[in-house]
Amino acid sequence: MANYDLIVIGGGPAGYVGAIRAAQLGKKVACVEKERGGGTCNNWGCIPTKALLHDAELYHTMTHQAADSGFKIEGLSFDWTKIMKRSRTVSDKGAAGVEFLFKKNKIDSIRGEARIDKTGSVTVTLADGKEETHTAEKTLIATGCVTRPMPGFPFNGTTVIGSKDALALQTQPKSIVIIGAGAIGIEFAYFYNSFGTKVTVVEMLPNVLPVEDTDVSVALERSLTKQGLTILTNHKTVKTEATDKGVKITVANAKGEEKVLEAEVCLVAIGVLPLLPGGAATPKLTDRGWLQTDANYETSLKGVYGAGDIIGPPWLAHVASFEAVQAIEGMFVPGHKPKKIGIFPGCTYCHPQVASTGLTEQAAKEKGLKYKVGKFSYAASGKARAVGESEGFVKLIIGEPHGEILGAHIIGAEATELLAELSLAITLEATIEEIEATIHAHPTLSEMVKEAAEVAAGHAIHV
Amino acid sequence: MPKLIKMPKLSDTMTEGTLVKWHLKVGDSVDLGKLIADVETDKATMEMEAFESGIIHKFLIPEGGKVTVGAGLVVLLAPGESPPDDLNAFVASSADAPTSKKDEPKSKVATTQTDAAAARVSSKLPPIAPAPNRRVAVNNGPRVKASPLARKVAEDRGVDLSRLQGSGPGGRIIRADVESAPVSGASASPAKAVQSIRPVAGPDDQRIPLTGMRNIIAERLFASKTQIPHFYLQMEVDAAPLMALRAHVNESSEKTGGNKFTLNDFLLKSVVRAAATVPAVNASFDGDAIVQFKHVNLCVAIAVPDGLVTPVIRAAETKSLLEISQAVKDLAGRAKNKKLSPDEFAGGTITVSNLGAYGIDQFAAIINPPQAMIISIGSIRSTPVVNDKGLIVAGQRMWIGLSGDHRVVDGAVAATFLAEMRKLIESPALMLV
Repeated sequence: MANYDLIVIGGGPAGYVGAIRAAQLGKKVACVEKERGGGTCNNWGCIPTKALLHDAELYHTMTHQAADSGFKIEGLSFDWTKIMKRSRTVSDKGAAGVEFLFKKNKIDSIRGEARIDKTGSVTVTLADGKEETHTAEKTLIATGCVTRPMPGFPFNGTTVIGSKDALALQTQPKSIVIIGAGAIGIEFAYFYNSFGTKVTVVEMLPNVLPVEDTDVSVALERSLTKQGLTILTNHKTVKTEATDKGVKITVANAKGEEKVLEAEVCLVAIGVLPLLPGGAATPKLTDRGWLQTDANYETSLKGVYGAGDIIGPPWLAHVASFEAVQAIEGMFVPGHKPKKIGIFPGCTYCHPQVASTGLTEQAAKEKGLKYKVGKFSYAASGKARAVGESEGFVKLIIGEPHGEILGAHIIGAEATELLAELSLAITLEATIEEIEATIHAHPTLSEMVKEAAEVAAGHAIHV
Repeated sequence: MPKLIKMPKLSDTMTEGTLVKWHLKVGDSVDLGKLIADVETDKATMEMEAFESGIIHKFLIPEGGKVTVGAGLVVLLAPGESPPDDLNAFVASSADAPTSKKDEPKSKVATTQTDAAAARVSSKLPPIAPAPNRRVAVNNGPRVKASPLARKVAEDRGVDLSRLQGSGPGGRIIRADVESAPVSGASASPAKAVQSIRPVAGPDDQRIPLTGMRNIIAERLFASKTQIPHFYLQMEVDAAPLMALRAHVNESSEKTGGNKFTLNDFLLKSVVRAAATVPAVNASFDGDAIVQFKHVNLCVAIAVPDGLVTPVIRAAETKSLLEISQAVKDLAGRAKNKKLSPDEFAGGTITVSNLGAYGIDQFAAIINPPQAMIISIGSIRSTPVVNDKGLIVAGQRMWIGLSGDHRVVDGAVAATFLAEMRKLIESPALMLV
């Protein structure tokens, strides 16, 4: 039994970041985590998938692009187990890093399952079954989410899987059906396809990555199809069945015409469900089951706050960390008014990569905003051509008459790295004039951002 | 193929325009260069000429209608062509998206009419153009932390950034701060924004929307009266010698069919000559400096039916009385017909306002910013005066006044200027040499 200024429940990008921020502010902090530090992001999401996708891209480069550069590669093969293992090792190191940060910041890291029986205290069931209760002035719930199953089609870890299982499949499936063409579905689709698995993606909505700008979604679908994926947009999943050999998925197009897809494995990537701490004290939830918080991230329980995936969409690590820092500063920095998420970037790490922030063109149009579009294609960039990456474009949605950046959409190599300049521009309320006035090194991919700004301004040099 | 003529973008800041008058009617044929309509923008009223030919099939907005840039105005058909089945669909698909390049309006605009203050002096023409309204916020005083977007929005709305508290990262002023800020004195439309006491209009009262000219008069003079520390001097002068000289000059010129001079011509000349003698008054305040101008660019206030314009006689110190007289006649004539171009309003350094013809004895005028001085001239009256022999005699007297920007001109300097004017008016032959 100890007394803390703050107990954080959950050690992911919201929880551990919030705990560290509070410790930096001189608070006595404990962080309760039932698995290990780093959360979904480090252990079962962002980081291990990036390891796999890196390997997939490397393999794809060797098998598809190396010959263009004059390489002759014979007898190229890969070891699936090692690929999976490297990804796990990357996560292991990240988790150890979080524990290190806890120590460095003198945060008590408690391994166990937390529950809140009454406000002001947290009870933890330790691995050995023992319970301990700690008191705290403030509690931050950052318990995150888990993969949402298809109704009537429960996960079994081998043939019907979620993203977590997909990161640890011990053998490479020959075929896979992926339900859902959001970022998770698309990333795994790219990964498995690169290594030769026959991949079919089923999406209910008209486009892959439905939240992205339509131009980007269309370009991505074209590119992935060229890479050999089968993509069924506008298709509903009407029936799911786990068989001895794998799965049978019945899908129907807009006209109601049905088709049966058979595969060894089905990856369900249709969203996430909240994962709440237990206990007798139950905070109010939204109608979708997420933790309801106010402008200060406080729940209906006094002194109990929420941040990260558990308070609802968007379910993104960088959003979670932002929210946690805001919540903590609201608790412990006098006069700090926490900010809510406004504009945030979103990235998908298939190849070509997709990165965006702000409004899509559709959204700008729906809002009735006055805007213009500046689009610059990779094919027109010297650097892109030199590195054999001439697929993709930078598309800027520019407000009229002042030239502010309403939205930025990039598809192509290193899109996710190119986006930061535009995110900063939006935060600083820079306009295309400032982007144009900034010398972008030549030759770089980032020149395309400047070129797109110039296109919007009506005086691009290289188109 | 039917063609759509759209509201052209006639200035950088124009977002919408008012269709003042159609010069043609349905069925008229239109050729390249033909005058179609008068369009009033935020800055001026301009003539819109056709850039395409055809027969006018339909006007899409009535006279007085206000539409955004890029919106359809007129549907043209080729001779003998039948209109599109769905006219609305045609207009909707042809009008824009006022943004992208390809939708540039296909109308050529001849800038022939505009109004005085509309000639907003461009800040790219330094000394002549202090354009103080726009620059106070950005250039003067301590450095203001504000986002580029906030600066642009502030400039548009006339918000003084130095008065705002920023809510962005590190206390930076962001767009939201500007948008929620009250418009400052130097605003784009302060007459509307700053007014806190508003009239109560009943059903019988008439509500007259501000014309572009009225709006600019409101803006400029509001800024002037609230921002410039005015002071006022008045002086009575003997106008008899001037009356006599004018009568004499006109008498001989009448015989030869020459120019007929007005009293005002002489008075303008006296202002120009006095300014040459006291150059300190021919200046502008520019934040951290005073700009003293080489040339006297004389603005003449001219009343027009719906307002007031102040066109400029450039380098007036180089012009003879005859040239000044002819210039004023030309400007006044074209001002009444709204045929002055924007550059004819730009860059004035001293303004003269003469209300003598209306029987006004004397008045204090508001400075025409960014000038440092405006001269007000009253009527000439027969009145008893004490002459230099101490006798009361019948005299011809006139009041001349000066409103000065005390940041630029002090009382003694302004008084010296007025005394110089008086010397010239009372010994008018000096003006002719």
